Amino acid sequence: MPYGFVMISGYLITILITVIVYAMLAHSLNIITGHAGQISLGHAAFFGIGAYTSALLYTGAGFPFWVSVPLAAVVAGIVGALLGIPCLRVRDDFLAITTMGIGFVVEAVFLYIPFFGGAMGIGGINLPGWFGREMSKPEYFLLILIVFILLILLDRRLGRSWIGLAWSSIREDEQAAEAMGVDVVRFKVMAFVLGSSIAGLAGGFYAHFLTFIMPQNFGFGQSIVILCMVVFGGIGTRWGPILGAIILGVLPEISRPIMEYRTLIYGLLLLAMMRFQPGGLLGEESILPKILRWIQYRPSEQG
Amino acid sequence: MLIQQLANGIAIGSVYALISLGLTMVYGILRILHVAHAGIYALGAYIGWFSFRLLGDFWLSLVIGMAGAAIAGYLVERFLYSPLLHLPRIAPLIVSIGLFITMEEAFRIVAGPHTLTYNASIGLGNLSIGSFHLTETQILILLVTFVILIILWTILTRTRIGLAMRACAMDAETTSSFGVNVSGIIAVNFLIGSAMAGAAGVLIGVYDNQVWPTMGSLPAYKALAIVVLGGLGNIPGTVLAAIVVGLAETFLIGVLAIPFPRDAVAFIAMILVLMFRPYGLLGKA
Repeated sequence: MPYGFVMISGYLITILITVIVYAMLAHSLNIITGHAGQISLGHAAFFGIGAYTSALLYTGAGFPFWVSVPLAAVVAGIVGALLGIPCLRVRDDFLAITTMGIGFVVEAVFLYIPFFGGAMGIGGINLPGWFGREMSKPEYFLLILIVFILLILLDRRLGRSWIGLAWSSIREDEQAAEAMGVDVVRFKVMAFVLGSSIAGLAGGFYAHFLTFIMPQNFGFGQSIVILCMVVFGGIGTRWGPILGAIILGVLPEISRPIMEYRTLIYGLLLLAMMRFQPGGLLGEESILPKILRWIQYRPSEQG
Repeated sequence: MLIQQLANGIAIGSVYALISLGLTMVYGILRILHVAHAGIYALGAYIGWFSFRLLGDFWLSLVIGMAGAAIAGYLVERFLYSPLLHLPRIAPLIVSIGLFITMEEAFRIVAGPHTLTYNASIGLGNLSIGSFHLTETQILILLVTFVILIILWTILTRTRIGLAMRACAMDAETTSSFGVNVSGIIAVNFLIGSAMAGAAGVLIGVYDNQVWPTMGSLPAYKALAIVVLGGLGNIPGTVLAAIVVGLAETFLIGVLAIPFPRDAVAFIAMILVLMFRPYGLLGKA
């Protein structure tokens, strides 16, 4: 019996860690696409850059986890800035395709340059150590959860600051924002860097959890999965992308048929959500918040 | 050797041009990045393959493939894009990506995950002069693309519909104030563009002698890169960019033997060009 319990909790903890990594990714894409209104179709590239940076620093240069993972975020942020500055000069449609192109080029670099391990990827990345032993998986989950909560608090603060206001002005009407004196390119790059570095951080956490990484983990399909979570939950809402990541991350794990037709379901969800509920589950005009508001205000109307 | 590579590159570039033209025409008029266009391309290949199996005549299967793709493109416009035009531009793009993924999965579920051989006898024969060879399917591609481009060019420059199409691409609102039925012109754009994609699907199906569920994946992204290279919505620019990419791929991989994924060439070219000409090769600001 205890053995079975350990098995179940081991499986459960795997799902929990996977879901929280996806939630972090969806949250970071939401900063770029939801807050600043810049579409990115290559978000998995920054996830990959983080994972590879952390893996190479850990296995190649011998850095400990506590250094390699923060550096993964820094490197992903720097690459995000380097790629973002030329990208963000172009119009929104060009940006969509350019970010998609970045995704392909980054995946090709991981796949074809031997330094990155090629198709075999990189192995031997372990869970972090603390107090002289290796961290257990539940502890690792708590660590990621704490970091994620801090990131959400940071997001809250940013949302109420000048940066948040500048982002929403760019999202609503870029030309008007520029006319009002908002430095559009600077704030766009800021969103891009912040989103990329959080994705890189998620990559670092993911690499140390998986213990080996391959280029295929960070391809276009992965970018679409992340986008799907954001769209499903509600672009631009604080909790929507996280809710989307939880639902879409857990569903394939608990149902075999959903797992088999996972890609079809993602495709249909993107299609149906945008066609009938463009705001996502938690968007302003969507059904769910309307029902919640109705429940909330009904008693006061009666009284 | 050089002429041989040139011919190979132009043959591949022609197919890219056929796929990309529909995409650029749709963008020109609706400002939508029609990612699912590559799904229409694969659908054309499947319809062509199926009708070839049924009827046994290649040319007939080409026409049926084009017609099927055209109808599918029209339906996508009517039921998915036109209700979304008032939303931010990201909405139709996401719908398009969702539709593309759904189509690929539908092909896999309906026709099976394996490749189907499209072994059609065309009746053109190979051509070889000295060491210069053109295979039957290469001649077919060059011939069909040439004919389609001539027809497209004639429609666009010599007919009233073509005039209306060009006017809509410039400014749909003004054009509609002159009494042109804009939604009809949009439908014509989708019909023509999708028929070309269907033709490209059938041609590639015969050229590679196979039809498979994810055959649209690479063209989906590559055609987008080509359309951007040519300057979104610019028809001559798109043809030029398609030929350039076809040649670049053939020469970089075939002649210089650089161990580089040929499919990344289009994107690297695109990113490089965008740095210096943010509106594409022939595009204007």
